[in-house]
Amino acid sequence: MAALELTNISKHFGAIQAVSDVSLTLEAGQVVGLMGDNGAGKSTLVKMIAGNFRPSGGTMRLNGREIVLHRPLDARQHGIEIVHQDLALCDNLTAAANVYLGRELRVGFGPLGILDYRTMYRRAGALFKELKSETRPRDVVRQMSGGQRQAVAIARTMLSEAKIVLMDEPTAAISVRQVAEVLNHIRHLRDRGIAVVLISHRMPDVFSVADRVIVMRRGRKVADKPIATSSPEEVTGLITGAIETV
Amino acid sequence: MAITLDQSIEQKQQTWLGAILSHQTFWVLAAVILACLFLTFTTEAFATSTNLYNITRNVTFVAIIALGMTLVIITGGIDLSVGSVLCLCSMILAVVMHAGYGIWVGIAASLATALAIGAFNGVLIAYLNFPPFVVTLGMLSIARSLAMVASNNTVVFQFGPDHDKLLALGGGAWFFGIANPVLFMIALALLTGFVLRWTRFGRFLFAIGGNEHAATLTGVPVRKIKVIVYMVSALSAGIAGIIQTGWLGAVTTNIGAGMELQVIAAAVIGGANLAGGTGTAFGALVGAALIEVIRNSLGLLGISAFWQGTFIGGATILAVLFDRIRNFRQSE
Repeated sequence: MAALELTNISKHFGAIQAVSDVSLTLEAGQVVGLMGDNGAGKSTLVKMIAGNFRPSGGTMRLNGREIVLHRPLDARQHGIEIVHQDLALCDNLTAAANVYLGRELRVGFGPLGILDYRTMYRRAGALFKELKSETRPRDVVRQMSGGQRQAVAIARTMLSEAKIVLMDEPTAAISVRQVAEVLNHIRHLRDRGIAVVLISHRMPDVFSVADRVIVMRRGRKVADKPIATSSPEEVTGLITGAIETV
Repeated sequence: MAITLDQSIEQKQQTWLGAILSHQTFWVLAAVILACLFLTFTTEAFATSTNLYNITRNVTFVAIIALGMTLVIITGGIDLSVGSVLCLCSMILAVVMHAGYGIWVGIAASLATALAIGAFNGVLIAYLNFPPFVVTLGMLSIARSLAMVASNNTVVFQFGPDHDKLLALGGGAWFFGIANPVLFMIALALLTGFVLRWTRFGRFLFAIGGNEHAATLTGVPVRKIKVIVYMVSALSAGIAGIIQTGWLGAVTTNIGAGMELQVIAAAVIGGANLAGGTGTAFGALVGAALIEVIRNSLGLLGISAFWQGTFIGGATILAVLFDRIRNFRQSE
């Protein structure tokens, strides 16, 4: 059974049709590369899955059950996590504080509980270790490299036992060595049985890590095929419109 | 020997001493202590119990409000209305008690006023996206005007049946000869420090100041927390007003005028960054202490009071300068 199934999802903003009739499925333990030019509707589509926008039409099924997401928190409660393009980190807080932001662990009685620093440092450290990232839980995020920041943002999604992780351009603004690090993080999420959606403009990244590629153009899905049966040339053609559809 | 992943994750970045030395508050505290030592040896009057009693008591009113202000500044906001709110809350207390009500009725009315003003500021800022500067600047004007309306611009110095209780609250020393205002200050500072370090609420304040957008995306109730923060700020001004009324024994409509700037200076000297995201309760106290020591020392050293502003302003700029220099070094 598909982890997430979208059927005829559409979204319009006034007269502008951002996404039309998109149907797709995400499988557990699979990485899907979502590609398309600027304005093709990738971000809008992902924001609907993350609960930022409500679809104008169509249905979403999670493990076969229909869901309606009113706000990002609903998506999160269903096990859908998003890593935002700007990572949504607080530079003035430590790595552990960022991982646990909004979900702080406490010891004590109910609302009077105090922050459990020790456990949060320990568990955040364990997550970084799992990601094989040299990130120290006590360090302030401001001083971290792009790769470490990604590790913090990704560790945040691992904390909640997410089933679906959406990644918006995670490799857009970091160095070559750090890109490799991030791609490893993505493989790691996949190995945990998570369905990953990778929005990217970078062909090599998608072809090295994705199992399937979905191409969008002008709000429509124009291709959805296993990566092994496609090629960068074909995908480029699909993105630009040189190839109509496959 | 190669360093394993475990070791590098476990490694602490700074030593304990290094962490203290890199803190602005430490250097300001050092300046306060040095100034006190210097004054002890160069003047006769500084280290007398009367003078120290006066200093500690004078520090408290600015320090108590600086605690509330520090919370606001951590979230990246500012509250310019505190001086006027102090005045209005003092006046409400005075007028209610003068009318024959007991001290508890007076205090309740005064604190309720503070909370209402804070909630007003907070709702405009958090829900209607007003800039904090504008809202609290407006409130600075409104609150003082309301104080004049409430008292018909008179001086109130008779506080009805509970007159003596109020004076004892502000002027007494209930515990080992420490002035009551100082006791209140210490209790509130401990509470603030605890909240900032050990509660989710405290953590959220830093998150909002660090990256408000990120805080919203991760599910922090940003708006609610902002409203609470401005209520706490106004409440701290109200508490300071009540204690100050008991200490002075009279309320005029010009008390607390210009106090907001002293309070902000104290918070900033103590390490709160107006861009948001940093600040400590202890820093607010140390900042307020430095300002008071400067003021006191100028008098004792026989320097004209006209110089006061120059020295306090200079200290504010100097404190932030240290912070800037450290940031330059880090970014290189």
